Amino acid sequence: MTTESSSVEALKDAFGGAILRTAVVCGDTIVYLAPDRAHEVLAWLKDTPDQAFNYLTDITAVEYRDPERPFEVVYQLRSLERFADLRLKIELDPQGELRVDSVYDLWRGADWLEREVFDMFGVAFTGHPDLRRILMWETYSEGHPLRKDFPLRGHLSRAEQVRRALSLKPEEHYSPEELELARKRHGRDETSGWVPPRGGGA
Amino acid sequence: MSRRTVEMTLSTPGLDADGKATLEPLGVAVLDPLDGDRTMVNIGPQHPATHGVLRLVVELEGETVVRMIPHVGYLHSGFEKLGEYRQYNQIIPLTDRTDYLAPMANNVCLALAVEKLMDIQITERCTVLRVIACEISRIISHIVWIGTTGIDLGAFTPFLWSFQQREIIYNLQEEWTGARLTTSMTRVGGLMADIPDGWADGLREFTKNFPKVLDEIDTMFTNNGIWCGRTQDVGVISAEDAINYSLSGPMLRASGVPYDVRKDRPYLDYETYDFEVPVGERGDVYDRYRVRLEEMYQSNRILEQALDRLKPGPINVDDPRVILPPKSRAMSDMEAMIYHFKQVMEGIKPPVGEAYMGVENPKGELGYYLVSDGTAKPVRWRIRPPAFINLASLPKLCEGSLLSDVIAINASVDIVMGEVDR
Repeated sequence: MTTESSSVEALKDAFGGAILRTAVVCGDTIVYLAPDRAHEVLAWLKDTPDQAFNYLTDITAVEYRDPERPFEVVYQLRSLERFADLRLKIELDPQGELRVDSVYDLWRGADWLEREVFDMFGVAFTGHPDLRRILMWETYSEGHPLRKDFPLRGHLSRAEQVRRALSLKPEEHYSPEELELARKRHGRDETSGWVPPRGGGA
Repeated sequence: MSRRTVEMTLSTPGLDADGKATLEPLGVAVLDPLDGDRTMVNIGPQHPATHGVLRLVVELEGETVVRMIPHVGYLHSGFEKLGEYRQYNQIIPLTDRTDYLAPMANNVCLALAVEKLMDIQITERCTVLRVIACEISRIISHIVWIGTTGIDLGAFTPFLWSFQQREIIYNLQEEWTGARLTTSMTRVGGLMADIPDGWADGLREFTKNFPKVLDEIDTMFTNNGIWCGRTQDVGVISAEDAINYSLSGPMLRASGVPYDVRKDRPYLDYETYDFEVPVGERGDVYDRYRVRLEEMYQSNRILEQALDRLKPGPINVDDPRVILPPKSRAMSDMEAMIYHFKQVMEGIKPPVGEAYMGVENPKGELGYYLVSDGTAKPVRWRIRPPAFINLASLPKLCEGSLLSDVIAINASVDIVMGEVDR
């Protein structure tokens, strides 16, 4: 159960210093990557024929209760042909900027997964074309719910949360592209000065 | 190219100084017919064909979908956050409520993940019972899918047949666990309860009759002109794209990729069962239907084999870290009493570490990723939600197809919003 994945040796040969350390936990191999070269390593794992990690199982993040421990962004890869799994981690300083390179260009499946990590943890993904909140609404201002400094019931009182929810405007749930489309549709134009009537009510 | 615009005079009824009716001009609206060809349609979040609270904003050119923007999160419950404040066995009721069409399979996955973290080998009987739980979950989830998708596309009768079968399984679930929907049937290291007397006979009766119902559904749909017309070559995704979009389960297999966690990364001794993994060829809605239909026949085969293997024996491991000693011993034996006290007061404490456990759920690969810091509550409980990741491909599947096909394609993804939003 404690055998290390054969990819570790290949990674160390190919990248040397970018592979910070490795570990085997509960039978799974974990490789810690240098943040600035992580995208390069992930692309290599996907495209090298004898690695062939073509399937992105999951992207997530872990923040430990101990504030001294680094923040982790976790990639779970799978090679469908070789029946092999590999977990890769990027460690970030929780006090510094939480930013890693997006893998959207390698796996389209990363689209919503990265958006969710951004929404829940506040990690920014450089190169993601549409990094918006996904589970919380776009104007949500209480922070990132899965961070350890976020209280279980939220920062605001229940009464304040209800008040804010009731005063939400439906337009605020629209993405900028949709607002653009709606504005064109209704011919709301500076030249006419005509504003379409607000539907909906309260 | 100059912009050709249409001007539209807008006015409102009013009265002039003499009290005669007149039209008061409001201004001129400028409409761009090139833009005007495009319509924005909002579907959901409250719409029966969105299978929950999914909202789709669709930009149409005529009837063709140019762009689709899905919005999720209306059912966000923060299960992952809640899990960080719960002991491991207390998380099991939360798993019921994610994919509520296959609650037992979720329960099994959580128990397996903690057991991987703690390196616990479960008993023979427990393994077989968990296989039964996973496979009846697959059957009820797929049968609800076939019924509701039939309704979405205009076929009402198979819905009634399928819900009759689901009712039989729900009754079995109720007899076993006391609950029809929120089963919470596993515990770390075993099960909440053994099956009651005569239960296996009831399941065997079901496995005898169920293929006949599947044959009827097969007769109704597979060569039906309307069904084929609505589903064939609709929502096609190639094998390469399906892998790139991280699809799993029937969505991936319908595109011809034979990835099934039960075969590729076996758990619960699935490698010892005799069953086939059906794959599609074209990756359209029809193939997804065929794959799910065939999977139910295969699940039925697995159930028959599992019932043959069901031997008497303990359902819980003999490990005082996770399973309470019998109450009689706790009252008379000092050691048993200490274990009892520590488990009740402190909870199960896995060692420092982390484990990812992926299982083949009806919707696809469900993964629970647990990180432990040695305390009784996980640092992180990540759900790898198959329905969420499959749903992310919806714009890719729908763009370029007709609006009416959006309903068929959305149905074919087989989402359950409890799991998408968690």
